[in-house]
Amino acid sequence: MDFFDVAVQTLDSTVRLSVPLLLACLAGLYSERSGIFDIGLEGKMLAGAFASAAAASVFHSAWIGLGMGILISVALALVHGFASITHRGNQIVSGVAINFVAAGSTIILGQAWFKQGGRTPALAPGERFEAIVFPGADAVRGVPILGPIYSELLSGHSLLVYIAFLAVPFTWWVLFRTRFGLRLRAVGENPAAVDTAGISVEWLRYRAVICTGILTGIAGAYLAMVQNAGFVKDMTAGKGFIALAALIFAKWKPVNAMFACLLFGFLDAIAIRLQGSPLPVIGRVPVQFMQALPYVLTVVLLAGFIGKAIPPRAGGVPYVKER
Amino acid sequence: MAEAAIELIGINKSFGPVHANRDINLEVARGTIHGIVGENGAGKSTLMSILYGFYQADSGEIKVNGKPASIKTSNDAIAAGIGMVHQHFMLVDNFTVLENVILGAESNALLNSSIAKARSELVRLEREYGLQVNPDALIEELPVGLQQRVEILKALYRGAEILILDEPTGVLTPAEADHLFRILKQLKEQGKTVVLITHKLREIMAITDTVSVMRQGTMVATRETARTTVEELAELMVGRRVLLRVDKGEAKPGAVKLSVKNLVVRDSRGVTMVDDVSFDVRAGEIVGIAGVAGNGQSELLEAISGIRNAVSGSATLDGKPIDLTGAADPGELRERGLAHVPEDRHHVGLVLAFEENENSILGYHDDPRYLKGPLLNIDAILADAKDKIEKYDIRPSNPRLKTANFSGGNQQKIVLAREIEQDPGVLIVGQPTRGVDVGAIEFIHKRLIAMRDAGKAVLLVSVELDEIRSLSDRILVMFAGRIVGERGPEAGEGELGLLMAGVERKEAAE
Amino acid sequence: MSVPYAKLPAWADYGLIPLVNLAVAFIVAGLVVLLVGENPFRAAVILVEGAFGRGQGIAYTLFYATTFIFSGLSVAVAFHCGLFNIGGEGQGYIAGLGIAIVCLSLDSVLPWYLLFPIAIAAAALFGALWALIPAWLQARRGSHIVITTIMFNFIAASIMVYMLVDVIKPIGAMAPQTRNFLDGAQLPKLNWLIELFGFAKIRSAPFNISFILALVMAWLVWLLVWRTKLGYEMRTYGFSPKAARYAGISETRIILVTMMISGALSGMMALNPTMGDQHNVALDFVSGAGFVGIAVALMGRSHPVGIVLASILFGMLYQGGAELSFEMPNISRDMIVIIQGLVILFAGALEHMFRPAIQALFASLSPKSVGMAQAGKGA
Repeated sequence: MDFFDVAVQTLDSTVRLSVPLLLACLAGLYSERSGIFDIGLEGKMLAGAFASAAAASVFHSAWIGLGMGILISVALALVHGFASITHRGNQIVSGVAINFVAAGSTIILGQAWFKQGGRTPALAPGERFEAIVFPGADAVRGVPILGPIYSELLSGHSLLVYIAFLAVPFTWWVLFRTRFGLRLRAVGENPAAVDTAGISVEWLRYRAVICTGILTGIAGAYLAMVQNAGFVKDMTAGKGFIALAALIFAKWKPVNAMFACLLFGFLDAIAIRLQGSPLPVIGRVPVQFMQALPYVLTVVLLAGFIGKAIPPRAGGVPYVKER
Repeated sequence: MAEAAIELIGINKSFGPVHANRDINLEVARGTIHGIVGENGAGKSTLMSILYGFYQADSGEIKVNGKPASIKTSNDAIAAGIGMVHQHFMLVDNFTVLENVILGAESNALLNSSIAKARSELVRLEREYGLQVNPDALIEELPVGLQQRVEILKALYRGAEILILDEPTGVLTPAEADHLFRILKQLKEQGKTVVLITHKLREIMAITDTVSVMRQGTMVATRETARTTVEELAELMVGRRVLLRVDKGEAKPGAVKLSVKNLVVRDSRGVTMVDDVSFDVRAGEIVGIAGVAGNGQSELLEAISGIRNAVSGSATLDGKPIDLTGAADPGELRERGLAHVPEDRHHVGLVLAFEENENSILGYHDDPRYLKGPLLNIDAILADAKDKIEKYDIRPSNPRLKTANFSGGNQQKIVLAREIEQDPGVLIVGQPTRGVDVGAIEFIHKRLIAMRDAGKAVLLVSVELDEIRSLSDRILVMFAGRIVGERGPEAGEGELGLLMAGVERKEAAE
Repeated sequence: MSVPYAKLPAWADYGLIPLVNLAVAFIVAGLVVLLVGENPFRAAVILVEGAFGRGQGIAYTLFYATTFIFSGLSVAVAFHCGLFNIGGEGQGYIAGLGIAIVCLSLDSVLPWYLLFPIAIAAAALFGALWALIPAWLQARRGSHIVITTIMFNFIAASIMVYMLVDVIKPIGAMAPQTRNFLDGAQLPKLNWLIELFGFAKIRSAPFNISFILALVMAWLVWLLVWRTKLGYEMRTYGFSPKAARYAGISETRIILVTMMISGALSGMMALNPTMGDQHNVALDFVSGAGFVGIAVALMGRSHPVGIVLASILFGMLYQGGAELSFEMPNISRDMIVIIQGLVILFAGALEHMFRPAIQALFASLSPKSVGMAQAGKGA
């Protein structure tokens, strides 16, 4: 196999591995841009994965699965909103709580309902989102360079992959070209300014966390119905936190978020491809090193050694009208 | 008399036990500038927040242009043609001027048309009222005066006919304030109604047509500005003779205790707040620093007490150098006999969640008297706190009570007792009687005089000119970060007021 | 916002409200039990009997509680300084490395009573150092400590996997763990203590001497926070960083010292499952105990007494939950993870949800018992 094929295949798996990160990262972007920190991305994604796999296998429909995944994920997002917006609770604490509730209940309910050790039944072909093959993808496969790029890298992914990448320009457009986006950015910086402009801070933030819920729901559905054929316990395996890291890495900007997620997905793809085989020059790199790299990079960024990541100013602070 | 733009009838508002507004009646005539004066905490801001829909009154009625208006949210107020410029600007710092102006007043779900509309509207407002500002500038890059202009533009863009300004000149330089007043007069000429909330009587006299006075939550009087005097308003505001005469003998200044040379301090935004300031404070004298709030006094205090690093300059304490640009920290200065009563007792001078006795050692918790090895000597701390409670008549006299449960005056006494009882050589005091009741004011003033008479050096910073005049042996006036004059205690209020307004400098420049 | 938090009698503040929050968490957990088709009341009975019915159960309950006391204290110490150390999991995991080094090199040489102190020091040191880096980044570079400690949990996990799989694992062994410790690194059991109360002979429960260490640490933490100068400085900074600056307390020093103490306590949590139970250091031996510490600290209101009680409650859940999964196959031990989440939600993020209602109740029963009679709205 020549180098070019390896490169295309690695990039192809980079894309696949980036998708859940990207969806979760954009999810976090909506919430955090509105001033609500969310370390519960992991839990919402997990609950979304379980709900979508369970619903898909019961109703034999990928679409119902997706809908249920989004619904449950949004419900958890609303719990986070209820605690941190309505009751002005600690957002970190609330996020931690949601992660635990999701981790525990997906296993308990999965076992109780399906009796397969916490798994959901394997999804049949019609119950998953299938790959979409672009017109002529097979025909041009033989064309050098462009052929593989078109037929392997661009074509042949599931609908959710394209949704994830389209969500990037869409999010940018929402954030910087719509009234909702303007208000969302404002409420994360100075909620008092939004309040005195006659806009409800609470309702605005609720809408933001609902957006977060929708996207984490899609991320979960992707894990359970595209990357896998069913739910496996703890299948998010820290992806929610990598997404959080990517969000910081991207300095809360949508296009940056895509590149950060592609970078972290690429690291993951490399780690899987190498599996301990030695690299030229560097020698053998432990898999664990590659796995830890996103976190290390984020810490280095946070430390301000490579540019400064400044979070939305009102982030994490419940809004209280001053007396 | 013109028709009333605003009528408030029987407004009441309580926050828990605090009755912030009590049966307020107010009538503001259309096309006038109406001033509302009162001390801090008199209820002015609460009243205006009710009018703007930020709070809702417990009872009472609001009429706008003669029609009853139900103002439950800021939206209702905006719809009724009321705009407000808050004391702390309600702007998003990393947004452009345009984005701030359209926020909440977008014409539809997409921004393009809103921005285009706002751009042409800003051009019109600029022409009409002389409100120039670059629409694409980021707020955080604009000086304060221009930020305020954006606030006014925001209100006008929303079609405000009635404009409320809450302490608008607190953060402005005199030149900026003058400019603001010109704008307000222009607005009046165009038929707008302006409500100006302030505690500065000079502004009231200079610009308003009518003035209402508030005191402790009630509206005590309304006067035509042309027919009243500063003295009358002052008396109405405080309800007592204004100038407190404190009995004190002749000062006997001794050796220089604290000396500051060419001090320069910048704030967190990098703006120079203290600009080449030099002065001495001698043993046995009180040096007062007068000035309008925000002219660098706070930063000066923070630098001298070691809380904030100065950029350059030198200082000595008891003749020995202290490095205010870096090494000096509050703990070390305290050990060398410099005590500090900070301006902000709620967040700096006290930990409100602590018990009273815990606050009575704040900053002196290193003192071996309060320690047994690494442990706190609780018995000694409690005994010491009890002692101070008695000496300073702090009520309630319970050292185990949470500090938040003490009144403002008693909280200030806790700070004062702690700092004075350490017997420091130099005491620096910021706003010692802000938010303090009259009885406690007298007590605090007597204590400061007693410190002086005991041969200590006292540096007093206050925005209350009367306080400065009645306590100080020498008065330094601070303006725009500089000491612009020194006067004796006999200096007249008018003379000091002109210095505080930077008048001499401006005249020299022109 | 001052109004809704009007004064309640102390017993209501520190007793009633936490109990109400806890009760609600358990009611919601009961609903989950219903959802999987079991009877929540029967589940509760099995749970409590499993935890306290026999000496064996009590021993296991206290064994689990031991770990949680350490992790709860760790979170609480940081809380008092206004810091949220979410990295106890990683600090405890890394401490396993210190324990492994000490035990593997000395367990054939020293008796347990000499090796234990060295192991405590090693565990504390490794935990403290792992907390030191996020602390330094917070103090000097302004990096948010919640995020950095989360990242450090994952980095710790990667390091430990690498160490256990590639470095420490005995050659030829399959399982990614150290060799078994010899007698010198096995802590003596305390089961006899429970037998003293008339329970039948306990055959195999890992309840061991590190429980005593945990209680000593609880007392030391109380002493530290409320009786030492350092604790005073920590609390000052926790309540008001500006006041701390005014009082001459170095921000950098207090953050570093507090986080090192917090990390050391998290590190000590590793002693119980390794030297006290498994007698090796294995993959993922911390298994979430660091996160349980968050629930325990919130429930115990960051007070050592509350933390010990809350730890015993969680120990009961872990032990009783194990019994429960035998009786009700639908309810595995993951049920505890849900309860843990619910406790964190209701005792933490929603801790004030029931306060206005309880205040109204008190006010209607006896208006004078409440600090203020009239609660304003919207303030």
